[in-house]
Amino acid sequence: MPSLKDLKNRIASVRSTQKITKAMQMVAAAKLRRAEELAAAARPYAARMNDVLSGLSAAYAGRSDAPKLLAGTGSDQTHLLIVATAERGLCGGFNSNISRMAREHARKLISEGKTVKILCVGKKGHDVLKRLFADQIVHFVTLREVKQIGYSNAQAIGEKVLSMFASGEFDVATLFYSKFRSVISQEPTAQQLIPAAFEASEASSEPVSYEYEPGEEAILNDLLPRNVSVQIFSALLENGAGEMGAKMSAMDNATRNAGDMINRLTLSYNRQRQAQITKELIEIISGAEAL
Amino acid sequence: MADGNVKVEIVSPERLVLSETVQSVTIPGQEGNFTVLGEHAPVMSVLRPGFVMVEGGSENLVFVRGGFAEVSNGTVTILAEDARPAKQFNRQEIEEALARAQEEMAAANGSDETEAAQLVVDSLRNLMTEVEHMGSAIVTGL
Repeated sequence: MPSLKDLKNRIASVRSTQKITKAMQMVAAAKLRRAEELAAAARPYAARMNDVLSGLSAAYAGRSDAPKLLAGTGSDQTHLLIVATAERGLCGGFNSNISRMAREHARKLISEGKTVKILCVGKKGHDVLKRLFADQIVHFVTLREVKQIGYSNAQAIGEKVLSMFASGEFDVATLFYSKFRSVISQEPTAQQLIPAAFEASEASSEPVSYEYEPGEEAILNDLLPRNVSVQIFSALLENGAGEMGAKMSAMDNATRNAGDMINRLTLSYNRQRQAQITKELIEIISGAEAL
Repeated sequence: MADGNVKVEIVSPERLVLSETVQSVTIPGQEGNFTVLGEHAPVMSVLRPGFVMVEGGSENLVFVRGGFAEVSNGTVTILAEDARPAKQFNRQEIEEALARAQEEMAAANGSDETEAAQLVVDSLRNLMTEVEHMGSAIVTGL
């Protein structure tokens, strides 16, 4: 049975933990708003890019002279998994959900006899994956020093991926990240980057005959590499918003749990205090009776 | 649009730079500048680094780099990797990009690579001359 003093100390320590989690929650809430705005600002670009490319690439479907980024290398032996996670923990299952998904995908590919290469973006995913797939990790990008994710960060990763593709280091690239649904729900997502897959846009129901300047093929060759960076960029932004959302709800939970614990500890503290008073009274009374 | 106006949207991955209805837009296409008025035929063009001139909008001059322009149904959509009002144009950045591109060209092997690098260097050089000419106009934002 802990003494009164022990209980008092424990209440004090839980209370200071609660203060920290509360502060973290508020910081995450403020950052979340910012991250959400950024993700929203990036959406029109990615959406337009997708529309244009799906229109352009439809013309190339099934043609043998289609660019490699669109049609693939014709083999699917070597897979590159780009795993984008957060730099920091304390955000519930956010990071582990992404890395679990990547891990399962990697296991499946390995059991099918494929070669797997992993590119980690973000420290947390790297920490988990390096234990299991130390040999498969080919590159690790940390954005820890980056205060606010800019397009140039994504572009650097995109260029790395493209140069690997150009030198034939992999055939298929898949991007793992978390889609930001809402503050309480982030959905780990796997998205195929190379060969490019586009969602069919609604606007494509009425094809417009464009005049292409320069040729159609030149435009496609110009846009496909850009698209890789754009996709990575929007994934990073979705991740950023998702991380803050997950952190906010995790810290909200932690604050609430700390509150519960304080209540429980206070209850047993009071109970014990009363017990002690009663005991003292009994001692005094029985002492008086003995006289 | 029937009134001869054209809706212009300039989008960078980071934000929507401009979205309004204006009289005309002049776009720096890879094969030359072209001006879009209302009811322009659908065009899709790759951009070279340069300035989009907007007539009758809140921004007159927008710097764009890397991307493409799409014209359809009286709407111009410009998707550029870097897009910002000319007032925020940073000359030093372009000089750095040019130096990088020149290094790349020196390191390139194979005619394809050299050609691609040459294209980048040329477009950046042209941009610099363009900036020289416009000089004070950019500083004052026209």
